[in-house]
Amino acid sequence: MWLAAAAATLLVAGLGLALFWIPEVEGDPAFPIFYLHVPVALTAYACFGWAAWKALRLLWTREGSYDLESYTAVHMGVIFAILTLVTGSIWAKYTWGQWWVWSSRQLVLFLVLFLFYSAYFMLRYSVEPGPRRANMAAVYALFGIVLLPVSFLAIRLAEDVIHPPPVVVTREGPQITDELMLVFVVCLAGMLALAAALYTNELAGKRLDGRLRELRESLQ
Amino acid sequence: MIRAEGLSRSFGTKRVLRGLDFEVAERDFLLVTGPNGSGKSTLLALCAGLLAPTGGSLDVSVERGELGYLAHEPLLYRELTALENLDLYGRLYRVPERRERIGMLLERLRLWDSRHERVGSFSRGMTQRLALCRALLHEPRLLLLDEPYAGLDDAGTALLDDELGGLAGERTFVVATHDPGRLDHVATERLALS
Amino acid sequence: MTYFADVVTLARKDLLLELRSRDTVPAMVLFVIAALVVFSFSVPADVEERASYGLLWIGLVFTALLGLTRAFAAEREQRVLDGLVLAPCDRSAIWLGKGIAVVAFLLLAEAVALPAFHLFFEPVGWELVAGVLLADVGLASVGALLAAMAAASRTRELLLPLLFLPLVIPVVVGGVGASLAEDPGRYLAFLGLYDAVFAILSWATFEYVVTE
Repeated sequence: MWLAAAAATLLVAGLGLALFWIPEVEGDPAFPIFYLHVPVALTAYACFGWAAWKALRLLWTREGSYDLESYTAVHMGVIFAILTLVTGSIWAKYTWGQWWVWSSRQLVLFLVLFLFYSAYFMLRYSVEPGPRRANMAAVYALFGIVLLPVSFLAIRLAEDVIHPPPVVVTREGPQITDELMLVFVVCLAGMLALAAALYTNELAGKRLDGRLRELRESLQ
Repeated sequence: MIRAEGLSRSFGTKRVLRGLDFEVAERDFLLVTGPNGSGKSTLLALCAGLLAPTGGSLDVSVERGELGYLAHEPLLYRELTALENLDLYGRLYRVPERRERIGMLLERLRLWDSRHERVGSFSRGMTQRLALCRALLHEPRLLLLDEPYAGLDDAGTALLDDELGGLAGERTFVVATHDPGRLDHVATERLALS
Repeated sequence: MTYFADVVTLARKDLLLELRSRDTVPAMVLFVIAALVVFSFSVPADVEERASYGLLWIGLVFTALLGLTRAFAAEREQRVLDGLVLAPCDRSAIWLGKGIAVVAFLLLAEAVALPAFHLFFEPVGWELVAGVLLADVGLASVGALLAAMAAASRTRELLLPLLFLPLVIPVVVGGVGASLAEDPGRYLAFLGLYDAVFAILSWATFEYVVTE
């Protein structure tokens, strides 16, 4: 509960600061989206990383309980990935006038990750629940976290030949002053707290479901 | 050799085995009986290590290479010949004097003449006998047989009787069957699933 | 070393099976040619010739997918995989044997596809061939593992493309880059990196995909 409260406070504070305290950036009125978009993206990475860690623990210890944790983390990651794509898209619209730009490394990476982790759910739906499914999902989650940097590298390489960056310049943004950094950190912390709150909430819910099912079965 | 405590196995929401307790010592012959769907095959698959328990514990103190498993499916490649199939398993199980051993088993189970034929062209009885060869190839200490008499004609049944009779008392057996009458005389333990 | 003996045994088995049934390789060869022909009709005349290289890579990826869909078919149909998994050999040997066989099938298909591409579309240089060889290793590595996963699922052939395609996007980038860029070395090195990383990961985790 306190996680949710902390998340709410941090986010409201962060966004408030971003919108009202920080001076506007020239030529980029939508810049405050940065305070939403990047923390959301980083949180998605964190979720996928957490899922991979839990997956590794599952394969290492053969303890089935890690499966639910890994799955919930992937679920959170996908939610934040979708948010990343949405906020990124909005930002792209404001900055370049298009809803989608292939030249944005971050956006393309998230598209690939979104595809990959969506397939994670397809995998889980097509296999009967049990130790086998837990194993396979865990292996897949590990592949995901390895794919992250490899994809990023691929996308960077692709820029030379396939998706060149726009000739119009660079989204450099303003100088990173201490104030900007502070607001950014606050927003990031808020986002991570939000993810953690959602994660623990969903995990508890799923565990309860599982417990209920077990009880029902043992009564049969 | 095998110890189960509170062994349970569910497939999704369907619980097939619940809270089984049993023990199999060396050279025992455990006869597992029960109607269709009672979990006999599941139990054997668990003992073989193909499935993991979803509840309780199962301890099988035998290495993979000392375990012989006969399932519902013959676990043979239909496009390969009998000889090629056995050669494959012989190599994987590091069977010493592989060729001689394969030859001997094929002879004993009356498959020597069909050794160069593709398994896909075998009759049900022949396939079952070949599957038995596969299970016995590496002289396993523990034999897990799931309905070994299925698909065998009288001749085949007699051959199997011989084999089992010869090995019972030397090796450890867990055999699941519909027809316990056949093996009552060699069984040392019984487990009835419901 | 018995490990490599096991791998050889298993790879030989897969090649022998293909020789007997002859269903996968001819299908792959025919498919890649058909795909190239379809591509020739699908691109308008004023599109740059260089775009054809991209089409070749798409064709190769989907040909690999076709071959992989059949990769564990025999094991699945007769549940032979259980027999292999029970054997005392390392489970990763199953992956390696299967992977070697898939590479062999891909090479056979490419032996036809690349000359055809050279004839119908654009010249095939050494960078493209090197890229294809490196890509084969990567595609076979992740493909063999994912095929085993899909084989254990309910939806099988439907699932494999969904699992496979996102993972091989980097291979397409590497391959197309190697074919088109002025400095193919970087892309070939990247393909090498992909191969190393994912081959090791697949090798290490295959055991968990086929056991409980």
